[in-house]
Amino acid sequence: MKTLDEFVALFAEQFDETDADQFAPETNFRELDEWSSLIGLSIIAMVDEEFGIALKGNDFRQATTISDLYEVIKSKQ
Amino acid sequence: MAFLEFKNVRIAGVAAGVPKNVVSNYTLKSGEDISVDYTPEAFVETTGVKERRCSESLTTSDLSFAAAEKLIAELGWEKSEIEALVFVSQTADYFLPATACILQDRLGLSKECYAEDVALGCSGWVYGLSNVASLVSSGAIKKALLLAGDAKKRSKMKRDPLFGDAGTATAIEYVNGAKGFQFHFGTDGSGYDAIIAPDGGSRNQVTPQSFELKEYEGKMMHNLQTHMKGMDVFSFGITTAPKSVKKLAEHFNFNYLDADYVIFHQANMKMNNQIVKKLKLDPERVPSCMYQFGNTSSASIPLTIVSQLKGQFENKPTKFICCGFGVGLSWGTVALETNNIVIPSIVEVKDNEDNYGYKL
Repeated sequence: MKTLDEFVALFAEQFDETDADQFAPETNFRELDEWSSLIGLSIIAMVDEEFGIALKGNDFRQATTISDLYEVIKSKQ
Repeated sequence: MAFLEFKNVRIAGVAAGVPKNVVSNYTLKSGEDISVDYTPEAFVETTGVKERRCSESLTTSDLSFAAAEKLIAELGWEKSEIEALVFVSQTADYFLPATACILQDRLGLSKECYAEDVALGCSGWVYGLSNVASLVSSGAIKKALLLAGDAKKRSKMKRDPLFGDAGTATAIEYVNGAKGFQFHFGTDGSGYDAIIAPDGGSRNQVTPQSFELKEYEGKMMHNLQTHMKGMDVFSFGITTAPKSVKKLAEHFNFNYLDADYVIFHQANMKMNNQIVKKLKLDPERVPSCMYQFGNTSSASIPLTIVSQLKGQFENKPTKFICCGFGVGLSWGTVALETNNIVIPSIVEVKDNEDNYGYKL
C-alpha cells in the first residue's frame, strides 16, 4: 500500500489551481478554496485506481484532514 | 446470477427524439442552477455536459412518439403488425394510466397489443430490451417497440444541468435463427436513496411541506425533486459497470475487447472515462453524446447510437456491448450484433408543437 506521503501527493494532483506546498497530512481539505464535490469525484477515481477501494460520501464526511482519509482507506484494505 | 439469453430476435432499427430547444451550461438562465460550490466551467470540465435539450412542454412520451413514428415509417413496418410496446421511463405522463397504453392508441397500433410501463432510469433500456426480447423470442409476437427516455418532470422546478430530455424508439423483430441478445443484470436496493425523489409516491405523500426548499449538497431543493448523492453514485458506477461487462463476457465466453462498440449509459464524463480506463477499452470504440445531450437516463444508450454512429455501421455486421447503471441501484449489460439496421436521423421536436393530452 502507498505511504501517507505518497497519498498526499496523489491527493494534491487532483487540484488544478492549488499549489502542491498547500498539502500536508494535517491539511483540512475542505478549507481549501478549490475543494468542491467535483474534486471529490477525482479523489474517488484516484483512490479506486491506486488502492482498489471505492470511497463513498460517508467516508469523506468522517474525515477532516487528508491523513484522516488515508486512515479510512487503510481500514478498508 | 442474473444471466439471460434470448435467441431468434434482432434490433431492426433505433431512433431518437429530442426537444429542438438547446440549453447551454455556460450561460444558464435563472431557473437553472449549478451548485454554489463550483463554477459552470468546473461543472462542464468534470461532467462533460456542455449543452443539452430541454423543453417545458414536451413529455417523454411526446419525444418517444416522434421517434417511433419516424422509425416505423423508415422501416416500412405496418402498424397493425406491432403487437407489443414497452415504455421505460421515470417521467410517465400520468400517475395512471400506464403511458404505454396511451402510446398504443396514439401510435395507432392494434388493440391486440401487449403494453406495459417499466419504471427504471439509467439501466432501463437494457431491462426493457430483455422484456421485449422475452416476448418476441418465441415468435408468438413478431414485431415490437421499446420506447425509453426521460424528459419533463412532474413539477416545475429548477433543472439540474447534468440532465437532458430525450425519448427513443427501438424496433425489435423475430427472425428465426438470429443470434439474439445476451444479458447480465444486477440490483442493489440498499442504495435506493442514492438517487431519489422522496415525496409524491405513497410512502411520502404530497403535502404542503413537500414544496419547502431545503439545502441539499449546495443546492436549494424541494422533496419532489430528484436528490442525488453524487459521490456514492460515482463510486457505484466506476465499480459496478466494469464488473458487469466482465461478468457477461466471462459467462457467455467471449472477449469484450472484440466488440466494435461499447456503449455506456451517459452518466458523466469523469465517471465514464474511469470505466473505460478500468476495462482498458479503446476510447475510439466508446462513443459518447453527453457533451451535446447531457445525461438522458434510459435514452442515453440508444441516443448515443443514433447521434454518434449513424452512417457508420448500419449495413455491416457490428458487435455491441451496451451497459446501463444507476438509480435503483440497478444495472444491466447486453451483448448483441446488428446488421441491416435502420437508423433515422434525430427527430427534433419543437416546444408546444404538441397539444396531445388530457386537460381538465
